Parts: sequence; C-alpha cells; structure tokens
Amino acid sequence: MKVALDIHRANTALVVRVEGELDHHTSANVREMIDEELSKERPEVLVLNLAKLNFMDSSGLGVILGRYKAVSESGGQLVLCSLTKPVAKLLEMSGLFKILHIYEDELSALRACEVAS
Amino acid sequence: MNPEPANNFMEIKIASKSENVSFARVVISAFLAKLDPTLDELNDVKTAVSEAFTNAVIHGYDDADTGNEFVWIKAEISDRTLRLQMRDEGMGIDDINQVREPMYTSKPGLERSGMGFTIIENFMDELTIDSSVGSGTTLTMVKHFAPITQPATLGT
Repeated sequence: MKVALDIHRANTALVVRVEGELDHHTSANVREMIDEELSKERPEVLVLNLAKLNFMDSSGLGVILGRYKAVSESGGQLVLCSLTKPVAKLLEMSGLFKILHIYEDELSALRACEVAS
Repeated sequence: MNPEPANNFMEIKIASKSENVSFARVVISAFLAKLDPTLDELNDVKTAVSEAFTNAVIHGYDDADTGNEFVWIKAEISDRTLRLQMRDEGMGIDDINQVREPMYTSKPGLERSGMGFTIIENFMDELTIDSSVGSGTTLTMVKHFAPITQPATLGT
C-alpha cells in the first residue's frame, strides 16, 4: 500500500500520522479509515501530522477539506502539523492555509489545543 | 565539462485506472531524471501529471474500467524545456473556461477540491486544453527547467 496511517488518541484529540502518498487512489482508503475512527468516538480535535507525506495532489486537498467539514459539523477542530514545503505550497494555493490551523510539529499542535479547551 | 543539451522523447499508453496515477508520476520522474531537476521542479511536474491523469480517470472516463480506457502520455525534452502531452479518448469537456475556474468541480459528491487545473496552471509554465464533447481531451503542458549551474571549484 502506498499510504499508511498511524492513529492514536491523546486526551480529547485524535492524532493521525499520514505516511506515503495521498492521491486519488490512496485517498479513498485514507478517507474511510479516518471516518471510521471519527465515528467511534468524536474527538475535540483531529490532528493530521503530514511529516511523512511524500506526495500530495488535489485529491489530498479533498480529503483534508472533507474531514474539516466533518469535524467542524460536530463542533470539533481540524489542525495540521509538520507540513513539508511542497504540501504547504499546495495548501497555500488552495486557500486552505487561511482556514486551517497549522503547526510546526505535533507537540505544539497538541499543546495549542489543550490550552484552547 | 560543458553540460550537453538534453533531447529526449517518449510516448506511452497507460490503462486508465486510479492505481496508475502513481505509475504516471514514476514514469515522468524517470524521464526527467537526466535533466537533473531541482526537487521543486520535479514535484511540480509530478503533481501536474497526477492531476491530469486523475482527471482522465475520473472525468474523461467517468471511472470506467472495462479495459478499453487509456491515457496517452507523450513527453519531449528539448534543451531545458519539457513539453508534455496527456490525452484521453473520454467524454470531453463541454465548457473549458468553466473547468479552469478554481474550485469548480463537476463531481462535488466525490469530495473533489476542484483545484486540478489551477494546480497544473500554477506548476507548469504553459497549459493548453484541447477538448470537445465526445472527442476526448488533450492537455499540453510546457515547463522550462532552470539551467544547471556548474559547481564552484574550491580555491586551493
């Protein structure tokens, strides 16, 4: 599989580390796996750690946007962390940079959310 | 040693399947290797190819996979310029201006961001779309790669 997810909970946060490539083919799986996890127990915060994301195209943007809507609808927050330069470039181009909370690393993302709640 | 001007050509026919989107990226990456592109340049082209191939799969052929759907990729390098053509024989585009609008998607139910063409236009230097309903779609993209700078020789 060209994508792998490492999922764990940290207090009221659900942390998903995405490793590999996020394109049209791998997006379907990623979407399903995250949605399944979200349906088990709604987290206050969904943290997407993209440190090991080697490639992303607009299909990945669709997954992120979709999860943002899903989490927001249930009163939660979506945050991203550890963006590589090409991923950041894509997010900036799509305008998602403005609506998403983005952190340097997972620790600061979690800290910021704990402070908020 | 003077860098030799690189001239190269390839043409490949690939089955229109979502699993081949990454294969298309691998093919173009391998083809560009001799140009010694920067990571940014390589990523730009890989992403554009990914978007274009995905468009053929999802839109051109509407996700059909009967064994009769193909995407043709033709690539030509002339000095430091890449000319890349991606063609499908799918349903074609009705309103080309509409599809070039950022965030326009004809498949909102699929969680598509509608950014495909915007990304291609931003990442490549030129994009031409040739399409008509029932006659397939051809995207022609051009990218100019930065010249290779000779490494500075360290003084003794």
